Amino acid sequence: MKILVLLKQTFDTEAKISIEGGKISRSGVSMIINAYDEFAVEEALKIKESLGGEVTVISTGDDGVQDALRQALAMGADKAVLINPGTDDVDEFTTATILAKAVSGMEYDLILAGWRAVDDGSAQVAGRVAEILGIPIAKLAAKIDVEAGKATATCEIEGGTEVIEIPLPAIITAQKGLNEPRYPSMKGIMQAKKKPMDKKGLGDLGLDAGAVAAKVKVLSVSLPAARAAGKVFDGEPADTAAAVVKALREEAKVI
Amino acid sequence: MAKGIFVFAEVKDGKVKKVTYELLCAARKAANELGEEVCAVMAGKGVSGLAAALGEYGADKVFVAESDALEKFTTDAFTNVIGSILQEQQPSAFLLGFSIRGRDLAAQLAQRLGTGAASDCINIEVENGQLVFTRPIYAGKAIIKVTIPEARPAIATIRPNVLPIDAPAAGKTAEVVAVSANVGDVRQVIKDIVLQVSSRPELTEADIIVSGGRGMKGPENFPILETLADVVGAAVGASRAAVDAGWVPQSIQVGQTGKTVSPTLYIACGISGAIQHLAGMGSSKCIVAVNKDPEANIFKVADFGIVGDLFNVVPILTAEFKKILA
Repeated sequence: MKILVLLKQTFDTEAKISIEGGKISRSGVSMIINAYDEFAVEEALKIKESLGGEVTVISTGDDGVQDALRQALAMGADKAVLINPGTDDVDEFTTATILAKAVSGMEYDLILAGWRAVDDGSAQVAGRVAEILGIPIAKLAAKIDVEAGKATATCEIEGGTEVIEIPLPAIITAQKGLNEPRYPSMKGIMQAKKKPMDKKGLGDLGLDAGAVAAKVKVLSVSLPAARAAGKVFDGEPADTAAAVVKALREEAKVI
Repeated sequence: MAKGIFVFAEVKDGKVKKVTYELLCAARKAANELGEEVCAVMAGKGVSGLAAALGEYGADKVFVAESDALEKFTTDAFTNVIGSILQEQQPSAFLLGFSIRGRDLAAQLAQRLGTGAASDCINIEVENGQLVFTRPIYAGKAIIKVTIPEARPAIATIRPNVLPIDAPAAGKTAEVVAVSANVGDVRQVIKDIVLQVSSRPELTEADIIVSGGRGMKGPENFPILETLADVVGAAVGASRAAVDAGWVPQSIQVGQTGKTVSPTLYIACGISGAIQHLAGMGSSKCIVAVNKDPEANIFKVADFGIVGDLFNVVPILTAEFKKILA
């Protein structure tokens, strides 16, 4: 079973966001594997452990993204591929076009990815890649079973779950609850340093800046207005509860 | 030339989802400024009867694809059917809810039509003849405004429960256009569907949410929140701490790795207010917090806070709501 994992490096979810020169500042921010992609890496490793095969992690971005890929290698992935788009002006179309092109030159049975990234939260790239490659997709999986030629995924739907069967090759996106990602072992970290990291540019994939140019243009970036603290009631529950319910009706007018 | 603002009319359990009305009202305002039509796209089995009434919320036309093969939602069938309608009609924009189905289709359709998509938007404006979308990123820690200058249709998914619904124009009907529903090759086979039976509203569409965190101390205590929820007609949510402890299912987690909600009233009980929770509910219109710890972070964002033991406070809150709502 050859499994590919689409992985994004993101800001740590605890990171404080600041703006510099009209853009989100990256200085002083610690970077992590997108939380949902980490579930995808873990699931790929578990499938490999039960069925055998190979796990390749793929990402786009500059050299800094190697850290996230190395971490996935330290968890147990076999190979990494990093494509540098050569620009920061990327959108979901850009990323999906690059990933799909890189993937189309590889052998695979299954592609896994997080259902969204915790930074821009778009939830688009995996779907777009499926569309470009012409392969089926199942999204928001909390359980995945793989057997010969097909995968069965238990996926979140509104108000419940559904079990979807899709033929392989296919893409499945990971939802929280799929598994508990492992921590890399010391041995894994040492081995990761020697595992292949294939770095490419757009030209190596037969792409150019025009072919991947972003369709979405960012006009402005700002920080949200801070929410002002309101009234805090301290005292006997009978008094405080009554006061808040009264305020909800008379001041806030929400009840 | 691409023309018309199209809206995905999402139907669930034989009813049009609320976010559809939010989309139609926003589309109507933008279309009036641009001098364009508003059209809805509806697909499913037994949905045709719901189409004409979308006129009350601003739809001029509704394209309806009706088929037995659309009874269950699958990514392929809905992408194929709606994709053909969009390819045929060439709209300037296509809006969907950032619901599970809406965002699923938005990704597939945006790529199929070779266009851009702005996800999880909280506002739409018209500037210089272009739609400008406002969207929170980094779980609401930053806000960006984006546009899709050239590619058409400009696709956007809109966060449910944020945009206003205008008073419907009673009796106004939209023109209903039946279109062929060629679902094509559907590769997802739905083997089973398990729905949690609940009389409470869906979390992302609820007007009121009662949420519990670590302070709930265990799953056996959630019924006190459920009782409050039922008195005020609320959905029940939870923080990551409560979900990770295994007390309640992941599907009700509110926060950066859970659902993003924007209710009119959010009642946080025993929730400290970690940044990752605030990210999921910070856009609530009014926040009430109940927490023992007067220093809890949640009080920094709450409109009304009660310092006290939730096990004492919540039952009294429930009784007070009951009185006022009687």
